[in-house]
Amino acid sequence: MNALTSMMLLPLLGSLLVAVIPSDQTLRIKQAALGTTLLVAISGVMAWFKFDSANTSFQFVQIAQWIPSFGINYAVGVDGLALVLILMSVLLAPVVVLAGWNESEGGRWSAKVFYILILVLETMMIGVFAATDVFLFYVFFEAMLIPVYFLIGGYGSGERAAAAVKFLLYSLFGGLLMLASIIGLYVISGTHGGHTFDIGQLSELHKFMSPTTQNLLFLGFFIAFAIKAPVWPLHTWLPDAAAAATPGTSVLLLGVLDKVGTFGMIRFCLTLFPDASKTFTPVILVFAVISILYGAFLAIGARDIKRLIAYTSISHFGFITMGIFAMTTQGHSGATLYMFNHGFSTAALFLVAGWMISRRGSSTIADFGGLQRVTPVMAWSFFIAGMSSLALPGLSSFVSEFLVLVGTYTRYPVAAVIATFGIVLAALYILIPVQKALHGPTTPGNENLPDLNLREKIAIAPVIAVIVALGFYPAPLLNVINPASAHVLEVQGFTDPVPSESAGK
Amino acid sequence: MTTSTSLVYLIALPLLGATILLLAGRRSDKWGHLLATALSASSFGVGLYQLSQMLNRPTEERGVSQKLFSWISVGSFNVDAGLLLDQLSICFVLLITGVGTLIHIYSISYMSHDENRRRFFAYLNLFIAAMLLLVLGDSYLNLYVGWEGVGLASYLLIGFWNQKPAYATASKKAFVMNRVGDMGLSFAIMIAFATLGTVSFSGVEEASHTASKAALTAIGIMLLVAATGKSAQFPLQAWLGDAMAGPTPVSALIHAATMVTAGVYLIVRSNFIFDAAPTAQLLVVIVGAITLMFGALVGTAKDDIKKALAASTMSQIGYMVLGAGLGPAGYAFAIMHLLTHGFFKAGMFLGAGSVMHGMNDQVDMRRYGALRKFMPITFITFGLGYLAIIGVPPFAGFYSKDAIIETAFNAGGVKGILLGGTALLGAAITAFYMTRVMVLTFTSKERWEDNQHPHESPILMWLPMAILAIGSVTTGFLFTRGHALVNWLSPVVGEHAESEEMLLQPMVVSGLALLAVAIGVAIAVMKYQRADVETVAPQNVSIFTRIARKDLMQDSFNEAVFMRPGQALTSLLVKGDENVVDGAVRGIGRTALGAGASLRKTQTGFARSYAALILIGAIALIAGIWVVTQ
Amino acid sequence: MNPYNYLYVSALLFTIGAVGVVVRRNAIVVFMCVELMLNAANLTLVTFSRINGTLDGQVVAFFTMVVAACEVVVGLAIIVTIYRSRRSASVDDASLLKR
Repeated sequence: MNALTSMMLLPLLGSLLVAVIPSDQTLRIKQAALGTTLLVAISGVMAWFKFDSANTSFQFVQIAQWIPSFGINYAVGVDGLALVLILMSVLLAPVVVLAGWNESEGGRWSAKVFYILILVLETMMIGVFAATDVFLFYVFFEAMLIPVYFLIGGYGSGERAAAAVKFLLYSLFGGLLMLASIIGLYVISGTHGGHTFDIGQLSELHKFMSPTTQNLLFLGFFIAFAIKAPVWPLHTWLPDAAAAATPGTSVLLLGVLDKVGTFGMIRFCLTLFPDASKTFTPVILVFAVISILYGAFLAIGARDIKRLIAYTSISHFGFITMGIFAMTTQGHSGATLYMFNHGFSTAALFLVAGWMISRRGSSTIADFGGLQRVTPVMAWSFFIAGMSSLALPGLSSFVSEFLVLVGTYTRYPVAAVIATFGIVLAALYILIPVQKALHGPTTPGNENLPDLNLREKIAIAPVIAVIVALGFYPAPLLNVINPASAHVLEVQGFTDPVPSESAGK
Repeated sequence: MTTSTSLVYLIALPLLGATILLLAGRRSDKWGHLLATALSASSFGVGLYQLSQMLNRPTEERGVSQKLFSWISVGSFNVDAGLLLDQLSICFVLLITGVGTLIHIYSISYMSHDENRRRFFAYLNLFIAAMLLLVLGDSYLNLYVGWEGVGLASYLLIGFWNQKPAYATASKKAFVMNRVGDMGLSFAIMIAFATLGTVSFSGVEEASHTASKAALTAIGIMLLVAATGKSAQFPLQAWLGDAMAGPTPVSALIHAATMVTAGVYLIVRSNFIFDAAPTAQLLVVIVGAITLMFGALVGTAKDDIKKALAASTMSQIGYMVLGAGLGPAGYAFAIMHLLTHGFFKAGMFLGAGSVMHGMNDQVDMRRYGALRKFMPITFITFGLGYLAIIGVPPFAGFYSKDAIIETAFNAGGVKGILLGGTALLGAAITAFYMTRVMVLTFTSKERWEDNQHPHESPILMWLPMAILAIGSVTTGFLFTRGHALVNWLSPVVGEHAESEEMLLQPMVVSGLALLAVAIGVAIAVMKYQRADVETVAPQNVSIFTRIARKDLMQDSFNEAVFMRPGQALTSLLVKGDENVVDGAVRGIGRTALGAGASLRKTQTGFARSYAALILIGAIALIAGIWVVTQ
Repeated sequence: MNPYNYLYVSALLFTIGAVGVVVRRNAIVVFMCVELMLNAANLTLVTFSRINGTLDGQVVAFFTMVVAACEVVVGLAIIVTIYRSRRSASVDDASLLKR
């Protein structure tokens, strides 16, 4: 069976398995969920090895007719970009299940529902990256909102219902604009060679569009992705959602779901509307740079640790967006690698923060203090995750952030220079919570907090291992990403700027 | 270039130590410090082996390189994880591992009462590894990894006792200010790649021959910004004084002998850029000259022995940067001063640690005095370092500092006179404040607190001090004998060119320098040895003293210009995000709710009013149709 | 006779019915007024059928009568049920829908 289809079916089967286990056998349910996600992760790694990185066309392709009268197919396939993101998703899923072992407690519904939602979400996460049919992509894009809505609204904390509704409305609004653009594409495709939703055929369509049409359709897609990513000023749902959701859900939300936005920018905005992308690049770069600095400043000013991490992500998504629209191989590969690395560093931050919060019963940074002496392993995990977030060389985020900056500088020096100020702000927004939470005298009430237990150590160790390993040796990922990035730019008709001083030679 | 397979062990050994100690945790409490010291020493051994290999090769084949793997490769951006050991980096390798090992040994005893000694040694090993990567990397990006790595180690070590909020703040301040400098390095690498298409040292050197002056000047200025951050040079100098929050061996190793000199290394390593970009080079000299005066002035007013030494470090690195900015004539002297300074300043810091060890961690020099009798070995080793730093022949500092002053005078024209004069004045002030430290601590009268019982430190502490003291005495002579160091470095930094017309003869410069030193010493002795010193710093002092005590207002300036506006901007943005950006979104929601609420009022529930509304609606409709069709 | 006179009667009946629906409180009376309006409409339909000489209007009138008969059955049943449970046939008392 097709590797992608089977990868998508596995979590669905797992959710069925969870559904038939009686609700009171919580441990069994958790084990079943963990087992399923591990199996998916293994099949993801196997697909990774089977993938031929030299081939720039879609691989593991499967096409089956779905609604023939509209030309809608179940069509899946991956290139380097999608494969990297799928790999990230399936690797993070078991970590999230294991790390958030007790997250389902205190929810509105039982643990069973929680894990069914997580597993169904995993299917959709794989599907959304694997879809090569625009309509199928749209279905996954919107359907993903449902489990996340219930995960936030049913199992979160604080203003969880309001946050869930805010998240849902924002995403639906973006989805609506995208739907309009998709219908527009469909209509245009009807007049040029027959109705289709196939991304390969649609990518030829831009030749027949007037600039206005192309711009409008582009904006429909881009705004949907900019909400998802999120780019300033469409970001305000993220801090609320991340603060209300359980840490595990936040990891999936920021680590995976938001990547659909940046993934979509490359896969749909750039591929389907190359001319419009060029038209809007200056504007988008401005928004990206604002996101970088704005997110960083808000993170510095944040008092709640979960909101802080959400704001750092806004800054990081600014970097990713900037890398994408810099239209250089370094920027593109850097942005894709950044998506992967951000998934892991944010996962580490959120999971450790989640453990801190559940132990202390508060998410206010000022309530912590001196944790390094009380809970050294937890403090170190947070510190390393933070160092990765501020892109310390030797950790994975550095490679991607630097590639984005270098790639942007060669074409848009001003944007890159302003964005670089973000690295100083990054030092502040990480070191301030580190100082307040981990250093200083131990705050009363924290003296007896327990350190990480074995399960939590097992959950965080692989994440940190990936962060360190990819910092020193990013080649395995870059080898897969590079051909895909080069291909996208080739289709766009971009070549890297030649070094200015060697032009004469 | 010759390739080697053993360079990586230089870095791998201490890195292995750091990893083992951090992962093993408390289990390694018993043997952790020994392992760390052994690994640092074995790295020194590898360094010596490399030196012996190097000496066996002819001059032009002395550099060796090792390519480990392809690190980042995207499009035309290709960076290998590659190491390069040449005549310049071997000096640093031996300094880092040599002094580093001595300080490991010293710390075994100095930190023996700290329950987290193992963690301290892990950080030290991490620092050694990162610093070696900094000097061994064969491209600017590899250097950058080490560059931030030492910043991390420095952050961890300054904040080693971070349960004290002030120390935690000091470590954060150091990291953030270093990041400002690092930003300069980022810019330099970006510009280098965009203009020259490469970031490796060899590639940039080759491209620099044909590149435009504008590009090279931009790269040079950005490299200078990086150097000012890491080397605590003006205007990014404010973190160094606070960095003394770290344990004293850290101050000796990182904030005196090695890490803070990385900026000098960067400038000397990039000699090909600065030689081709006179504007950038001029800025280097100016920064060096300002900092050497800045540090010296701050040093005169500090009562905390470590902060006085830190100010002195800043000033001495100012000399090095000044030397490095003088072009091929000065590179070798900058490195020479860096090496001699590594010996005498590390020795003095260890001496200060020894004094603190004997005085219940008291750092206020006004509560010292007459320690000569109780700590003879510390006194002698510190005294030898003192003689070296103020530049008394034949101690090391005399050779190295004199060379820089002389080169500065001969830089030509007004520039030469200004620079030389500054350097000379700096030497006088150095003599003054170092004599002040010496007098207040070791001679003068006892001004101890009641429960202090000064005693000499154990052998593990004084042995490293003694070895460093020997270095402070001999290295200057050794390096200058037959221009040994100048000739050794010339393949890397270019031929040492003597200026054709000398403003002042070497003898004259030496004489002037000695005179300046004598004046400085004399004033200090008169002021502190002859007169009684108060145990609390007097407050009715001149405005200049007060400004100097406040580090020439550096913190006030940073706070007023960067910190407060930054905080204001942050809170403004936080409020704006809450009220404007999110407010707009919530506004849409509120409008929808409000519209619903007001329309809801028309639904009274009375069937007859609905009927009446239907009727009115029907009549209105008919009337409308009638009007339209008329 | 001028067939338009039927239309005038029909309009009059409709108006009386409409006013009755709006002003009367008793559900039975309101209901009867609704019937009056329906029959006014029927009269109009039949009249136009006559004027135009087609059968369409009369057919529709039959449909209306059938629907009206059904409506009477359901409507009266509802009114009786409400009266039984609330001891009142006033339409103003049955304003529960607004909540």
